[in-house]
Amino acid sequence: MTTGLDPLRLTAREARRLLVDGEVTAAELLTAYLDQIEAVEDAVHAYLQVTADNARRYATEIDSEMGAARGALAGLPTAIKDNMVTEGVVTTCASKILHNYQPIYTATAVKQLFGDHVVMLGKANMDEFAMGSSCENSGFGPTRNPWDLSTVPGGSSGGSAAAVAAGEALWALGSDTGGSIRQPAALCGVVGMKPTYGAVSRYGLVAFASSLDQIGPITRDVWDCALLLGHIVGRDPCDSTSIELPCAVELPTAERLDGLRFGIPGEYLAAGVEPGVRARFDETVVRIEELGGVCEEISLPHTEYALPAYYIIAPAEASANLARFDGVRYGYRAAPVDDLIDMYERTRGEGFGAEVKRRIMIGTYALSSGYYDAFYGQAQRVRTLVRRDFAEAFEAVDLVVSPTSPTVAFKLGSRTADPLAMYMSDVCTIPVNLAGLPAISIPCGLADGLPVGFQLIGPAFSENAILSAAHALEQAIGFDQVASFREAGR
Amino acid sequence: MSAWEPVVGLEIHVELDTRTKMFCGCAVTKGDPPNTHTCPVCLAHPGALPVVNQRAVEYATRIALALECTVRPRNVFHRKNYFYPDLPKAYQISQFDEPLAVDGWFEYWVGEDKLRCRINRVHMEEDAAKLVHAGGEAGRIAGSDYSMVDFNRGGTPLIEIVGEPDIPSAEAAAEFLRQLRGLIVELGVSECNMEEGQVRWDANLSVRPAGGAELGTRTELKNMNSFRFLQQALEAERVRQIEVLEAGGAIDQETLHFDPDTGVTTPLRSKEEAHDYRYFPEPDLVPLVMDAAWVEEVRAGLPELPGARVERFMEQYVLSRGDALLLGSSGPLARFYEEVVAEGVDPKAAANWTMGEYLAHLNETGLEPGRGHVTPGRLAALVKLVQEGAVSATGGKQVFALMLEERGEPAAIVAKHGLAQVSDAGELEAVVQKVLDDNPSQVEQFRAGKEQLAGFFVGQVMKATRGRANPKLVNELVRDLLTR
Repeated sequence: MTTGLDPLRLTAREARRLLVDGEVTAAELLTAYLDQIEAVEDAVHAYLQVTADNARRYATEIDSEMGAARGALAGLPTAIKDNMVTEGVVTTCASKILHNYQPIYTATAVKQLFGDHVVMLGKANMDEFAMGSSCENSGFGPTRNPWDLSTVPGGSSGGSAAAVAAGEALWALGSDTGGSIRQPAALCGVVGMKPTYGAVSRYGLVAFASSLDQIGPITRDVWDCALLLGHIVGRDPCDSTSIELPCAVELPTAERLDGLRFGIPGEYLAAGVEPGVRARFDETVVRIEELGGVCEEISLPHTEYALPAYYIIAPAEASANLARFDGVRYGYRAAPVDDLIDMYERTRGEGFGAEVKRRIMIGTYALSSGYYDAFYGQAQRVRTLVRRDFAEAFEAVDLVVSPTSPTVAFKLGSRTADPLAMYMSDVCTIPVNLAGLPAISIPCGLADGLPVGFQLIGPAFSENAILSAAHALEQAIGFDQVASFREAGR
Repeated sequence: MSAWEPVVGLEIHVELDTRTKMFCGCAVTKGDPPNTHTCPVCLAHPGALPVVNQRAVEYATRIALALECTVRPRNVFHRKNYFYPDLPKAYQISQFDEPLAVDGWFEYWVGEDKLRCRINRVHMEEDAAKLVHAGGEAGRIAGSDYSMVDFNRGGTPLIEIVGEPDIPSAEAAAEFLRQLRGLIVELGVSECNMEEGQVRWDANLSVRPAGGAELGTRTELKNMNSFRFLQQALEAERVRQIEVLEAGGAIDQETLHFDPDTGVTTPLRSKEEAHDYRYFPEPDLVPLVMDAAWVEEVRAGLPELPGARVERFMEQYVLSRGDALLLGSSGPLARFYEEVVAEGVDPKAAANWTMGEYLAHLNETGLEPGRGHVTPGRLAALVKLVQEGAVSATGGKQVFALMLEERGEPAAIVAKHGLAQVSDAGELEAVVQKVLDDNPSQVEQFRAGKEQLAGFFVGQVMKATRGRANPKLVNELVRDLLTR
């Protein structure tokens, strides 16, 4: 490689400097990533579609025509999770039911990035309709974790996280409904952030659970995370639930945590946290104190009810959100069929995967007349209690910290037969979505040779405080993000 | 007196005439080519989100306030889930247990009686798309080769008004709807075009022993849009239920179909009887918080409502209830009438001419009140000519007919066609004398005491003057000359 670019190490901050200083062109930068995709994609399968031709054309345009009109992110190669619609570029949500779907518009967050002239590399793999924690629920084959190809990258934004970890993208957009950005970021050794609910427009994000879904960045480091976040936030007239952040996203510079109070919820460290994960977590807590922070134990007493509440609310919303995939207007339609009902049943029966069907059934049941109050109504009351837990905690501490995932990356196939074990992957991340709060996962070391994630949770709209603390901690941890690409031991 | 009394309840859907749809910016139109007003939102493409149309909320609030409802300070949209090709999201965004407004009433007249129907609620939702069935029997789904969906209508703002079962007869139900429609048109929120289905309703009917307190089992008639068929259907259903009950049977709660050709109601065979809509709060929309000051602003902006206007007409113009209802129920006709009166015409005479010649003219031409070349000023001028005696009543009708033909001012038409009433005693005396001379035997009979023959002579004089003679003057002259 003539430019000497190393996609495994390059940050957006550095790439942008190289581009602005004219040391590399957008086309050269793109080529470095396309070469890396060429080299590792067969093994990793981070993408459902690599839009190389469009990307080359666009990078050339940026180099030759834009000049001073270049956007702030011009030429930065970006992966987009395949549940964000992109006009004219097939968007499937990793589902067979949308195998040929060409969107007629572009999601607001993606449009914002296009307005800043990022170069889209392609559409990243995911669990079908973002339902899963391992990327194994993709209708088009799983993504593998670049750190160990026999393990999963996490999910549902597994493709986005794996692409960044494997140097197949400079950075990526993911979406997080119950941990779908943070958990794969943790398992792949990269940074992932779920913003405050409403901070980023959901318009064009194919809905899984509308009251929980949120788009966010997956990046190599915290500074990049802030940069990308700053370009996707904002009130969108097309999303009634979106809201302007009270202040602009700042690029973090902090190296100390003096005076900051960190709460450690005992409930998050209860059964199920692997010893290796626990060890890295404890070391990171010590680092916080070394940096001047104060750590104390706190209680979030309703934590144990968060997971069951989530698995009522999210499927309930999903059962309605996914009802539009009926074969009438777009996407897959079974044929030949006997009549309308047969068409609906076969289209949906053949188009959706097992986990999606499971959740549609759970959700439909939970909303049924006679069961609504016992399930959906009760889950909403639990949600209020979870939110209150956090509100009370934030009266005593500035940020809450925990492991992002109780385990490191697990083997492909090891949990697919046991949905409950799979659901436990998100036990530390789900309460955050229920409460609508911002949280970040940063790598804090390895356990058994695989990355461990450290989660920082803040009050609503505390993105800057989270990014600032995460930045200081990241500097102190000094994690080496280069994935080892151990071959699958099959 | 029948031993049974019917109880009717109505649920009315009204499409609002907003410029754009309920949850997206697509235009609300009629008659445009199919699927020309669509977008990701109203086609339910993946990722699209609804945004509430503020104007629709204002229009709905107007209706709610005109129906004396309490506008709730916070109201919530819900998803109503069911699969059908005309419902692209497979859920309708509607309102459920936290609607826009509750607890109102509507007063309406049936003959001489003012009745009140309580309004349970007014809520907002979106209309479904239009299905077009091709092949087979025209327009029917059964036997068609395929079906097409026109999404132009999909997402049109819709209001549902849920009335309590307070309506005592089929006739009252039809009157309720006619007068409710008048109210909504008056509010300027919907033209309520019946042919285009802008107003549709479901009716339910039960019967109970006269004077009873408890409601019987009800049956439903869905998606109707003809006042006449509604009245016929409810009447047929009332008779049927009474027959069933008197034969010792029981009423099944079911949805019925009414066939206007046979006048019979029959159960609708439908697999969709036991729908579970699985309502839950729409997470893509935040609750609507209704600012109290804004609601008061909307209330202050309401026009005079037909019910109040009818009562005002009765008092201000001393009109009978029937006349006041006819003139006051529809805004445009009421305004026309009041403009005629404002020209200084006697209100009673103005009412007679507006309800008589003018309304007949509207019915004949299909014109809206106030349209066409019979302006309030012209009608007033004509009525004045008649009242002043310049034109006879019969002559006035001729003038009106000529106004339609020649599009002219009444005075000019009178002059042109020589229709002025003859009130010159000298001129008329000659005519009367001629009539008497021509009918000597009748004159003899009159003088012999057959005084009712006076009318005969007056008639002959009117005939001779082609109706132009002042009848009062002729009457006097006839008696005068005969008794001289």
